[in-house]
Amino acid sequence: MHPYLPNTPEDDKNMLDVIGLQSTEDLFQSIPENLRVKGDLNLPKSKSEIEVRRMVSALAAKNESVDEMVCFLGAGSYDHYIPSIIKTLVSRSEFYTAYTPYQPEISQGTLQSVFEYQSMMCALTGMEVSNVSMYDAPTAAAEGVILASVQTKRRKILVSETVSPETKSVLETYLMYREVDLEFVKEKDGVTDVEDLKSKLCKDTAGVLLQYPNFYGVIENVKEMEALIHENKSLLLMSVDPIALPILKSPGELQADIVVGEGQALGQNLNYGGPVLGFMAATKKLMRKMPGRIVGETLDREGKRAFVLTLQAREQHIRRFKATSNICSDQTLNSITAAIYMATLGKQGMKEVATQSFKKAHYTFMELTKSGKFKPLWQKPFFKEFAILCPESVDTINEKLRAQGILGGFNLRKINDSLGDAMLIAVTENRSLEEIDRFVKIMEEI
Amino acid sequence: MSNVLAGLYYTKDHEWVRVEGDKAYIGITDYAQHSLGSIVYVELPSVGDEIDMDDNLGVVESVKAASDIVMPVSGEVVKINEDLEDNPELINEAPYDNHLIAVTLKDAGELEDLLGKEDYEAFLAEEE
Amino acid sequence: MAYEKLIFELSKPGRKSYALPEDTLSDMNVSDYLGSEYLREEELDFPEVSELEVVRHYTLLSKKNYSIDSGFYPLGSCTMKYNPKINEEVAANPKFARLHPFQPEETVQGALEVMYEVQESIKEISGMDAVTLQPAAGAHGELVGLMLIKKYHEMRKDTKRNKIIVPDSAHGTNPASVAVAGFDVVEVASHKDGSVDIDSLKSVLGDDIAGLMLTNPSTLGLFEKHIKEIADLVHEAGGLLYYDGANMNAIMGIVRPGDMGFDVLHYNLHKTFSTPHGGGGPGSGPVACKANLAEYLPVPVVEKKEESFYLNYGLKDSIGKVKNFYGNFGVVLRAYIYMLSMGHDGLKAASTNAVLNANYMKESLKEHYKVAVDETCMHEVVFAGLKEKNSEVSTLDVAKRIIDYGYHPPTMYFPLIVEGALMVEPTETESKETLDAYIHIMKEIAREAKEDPSLLKNAPHDTPVRRLDEALAARQLVLQWTKE
Repeated sequence: MHPYLPNTPEDDKNMLDVIGLQSTEDLFQSIPENLRVKGDLNLPKSKSEIEVRRMVSALAAKNESVDEMVCFLGAGSYDHYIPSIIKTLVSRSEFYTAYTPYQPEISQGTLQSVFEYQSMMCALTGMEVSNVSMYDAPTAAAEGVILASVQTKRRKILVSETVSPETKSVLETYLMYREVDLEFVKEKDGVTDVEDLKSKLCKDTAGVLLQYPNFYGVIENVKEMEALIHENKSLLLMSVDPIALPILKSPGELQADIVVGEGQALGQNLNYGGPVLGFMAATKKLMRKMPGRIVGETLDREGKRAFVLTLQAREQHIRRFKATSNICSDQTLNSITAAIYMATLGKQGMKEVATQSFKKAHYTFMELTKSGKFKPLWQKPFFKEFAILCPESVDTINEKLRAQGILGGFNLRKINDSLGDAMLIAVTENRSLEEIDRFVKIMEEI
Repeated sequence: MSNVLAGLYYTKDHEWVRVEGDKAYIGITDYAQHSLGSIVYVELPSVGDEIDMDDNLGVVESVKAASDIVMPVSGEVVKINEDLEDNPELINEAPYDNHLIAVTLKDAGELEDLLGKEDYEAFLAEEE
Repeated sequence: MAYEKLIFELSKPGRKSYALPEDTLSDMNVSDYLGSEYLREEELDFPEVSELEVVRHYTLLSKKNYSIDSGFYPLGSCTMKYNPKINEEVAANPKFARLHPFQPEETVQGALEVMYEVQESIKEISGMDAVTLQPAAGAHGELVGLMLIKKYHEMRKDTKRNKIIVPDSAHGTNPASVAVAGFDVVEVASHKDGSVDIDSLKSVLGDDIAGLMLTNPSTLGLFEKHIKEIADLVHEAGGLLYYDGANMNAIMGIVRPGDMGFDVLHYNLHKTFSTPHGGGGPGSGPVACKANLAEYLPVPVVEKKEESFYLNYGLKDSIGKVKNFYGNFGVVLRAYIYMLSMGHDGLKAASTNAVLNANYMKESLKEHYKVAVDETCMHEVVFAGLKEKNSEVSTLDVAKRIIDYGYHPPTMYFPLIVEGALMVEPTETESKETLDAYIHIMKEIAREAKEDPSLLKNAPHDTPVRRLDEALAARQLVLQWTKE
């Protein structure tokens, strides 16, 4: 008897009597004998929690978490401060064991939380509509690019080389068999090469995808490119770091049409890469073609304010083959997590997190490049990540750092050999000055 | 029982056509609006678009369904019903008074392939 | 009185619910490094509340939700089984939750081992040869599986195959995924019992068919007896078979998709393998395939070399990546703990009990609700609404009245081939007492439908909000809060 299986032999017998069968074996008579599994599945036998905990301990012992090392690694996943109340609230079983809110009368908790998330994402990005969630930044970008193509009825998508490698890779896969052509715009000095963009924009360009800040942490001059893109009647797509938006010009202020990005930094743990939180926000004009769920406000039959999934006619369960996307399960619990994070940090806190990350990153940069041992890869404005050229292989340096309890930055040679031995370092508000000073000292001595 | 008007052409996709001179007004029938439920949005083509018979002219969306509307005849769009942008529910209220679009007929011969009142009523009786 | 406030309505300037360490870099200013053209001008209109207010707000909101922990959720096709708490305990362990995806492999051997073991277990349960854990949901898995099929034909230079066959009983994600993968859909008819109409299938098979998507048991909850014949027909015609694993809860340890003739499948960890639904996600949709498709799987796959584990990016014919990093690791981890807890015996018992419970509900309700197909069902049963035809009362009304009795309605209006469908899937984690209570209220409602239909038409009566105006929501779109 397993604790998750309540049926006793007596229950079995009573139910079989009602059904009119002799044994549970008889329930499977319709399955041809020659297809049946012979004997048992080749898996271990069931275990008690005591045994499971023992096994888990052994597995956990083989992992070193970022709590045991000081983290300067970013590249798309960040060690930001996660308020304690998030775990408490999101662990409420009413949130995490609930189903998709198709019966709104008994799902107002989920629906209102997500409505608040949508509202805050609109305020943060400066856009008019936000959906409930997408799987992650790369797939959100892929859906955004497809949306741009459908909206403009054009085939070409331009993507800057300064967009993250993960996003570029997922875009290539998603577009492989679709009627959308992907072309990359060259990187120059750490930013999108505007001359190359100019030469590649044509009347068949549906949209251009930029990352903000870009993969190298650099803040690009989006305004200049926006003018060119819109003049060409193409759409501007931006993949953004939401943490930066309280202090940087918002995508809305920059006239973006479609905004996607990674919401992991909004209260989600690192989780070895997943689950995270893709998001999409757009102009009202694109609303009806947006993928994913959207929550709207309405009234019930007694005139009370209530929240409900709306614009469902776009989705797979109604549109089927003609749906804007096939997405069904999304990352709802992660958007609720993000809503709680944004409500907790609030107006002042969001700004402070951005400012502290910015300042600490710039302080680290100045200290690291002071002696000349490490040179900045580029002289460009950045937010919380920057790249430095190292005197030896980044992997070697990182090994030495690990021996000192530090998780070093990303080895850029892995994705672009021409950059040389460059390390991409991320610094968030979660780092103390003592940690940074120690890091700099060790780097100087390595 | 749904309402079927005399003097109109019909299709098996539940569209009606009213011919006025060389123009054809196109809408959806009472049966269609009833099946869809409360209509919340209508997607229409642009004036000047040339659309062939059996090609998509737009979408009528309700809360629980989205119906692709197919051209019953070929033609060039000369008018779209702009009232439907803010008040799509007009189609529920008066499906025969609220056309979706008007087109100039490309080939009046195509009208012969459409159903008359009795044929459409018979078709509806089969569906039910 | 139900709680009615939005977080923005609690806001008061100056309130804080967070604290960061003091800014010792106070002599540095952002504007020293960034010109004003880079800086945000619009004020960020976020709430300002105290910590207790945030806690109370979301706690009170959560109480407006129905959830598995508080009640029975017989949603057909969703497999709303109990979400074990040991899974949550392990997932919260910082040694798993606080791992950066780009950490050196030597520092995450435990995580890689978990992924490897889940890959291996899925192979065994499904009867397949290779697995990817990258897809984040079932629909995502469907997309990957379809792309594998496309790649397979492409590699064999068989480029005419641009169509996928989908039965008319299929879940909406199937045809939607077909479109996203760049295929055209060919719909094939089902018999009244949900099984594929083999003549209809034969008539569409040809050299432009890349494959067939199917679920078994079907969306009517019945086992597709002719699966071997179907598989042979499709393979002979040069196509491959895709298995939608949403209904796997019926057959674990009893029959395997790989043995039925399927070439590729996805599983829903948030259905069959007990990971929580989270109000809509996150899920996880691993894909498993036969050896002939293995080299096209998304990279990286987790492999074992001697006693250590590593991420293999070296599949040169891989379709590429479909998600950042490695998939929803946190969800995969929960499923791993579930598989460990259940073992081969528990998984088989789970399926057996799921099927037993569904048949018990079928037999107990069939006098009052019209069973779509009166045969031994598998883990779910479909009713075509009330047995006694009632023109006043719809399936929706029945569902809303169930809410009045304190339960969640079954899945409504799916599959499309059954009119006014109510799909009931009790799962194996519910006791007979719970099933009996639900059966009792369903019978009550059937009686009410005859004697006092207004009770159904006006339901629900006691919820915080009642019969929302969905047409209004779609016509007058209010998709975010705005300050009055």
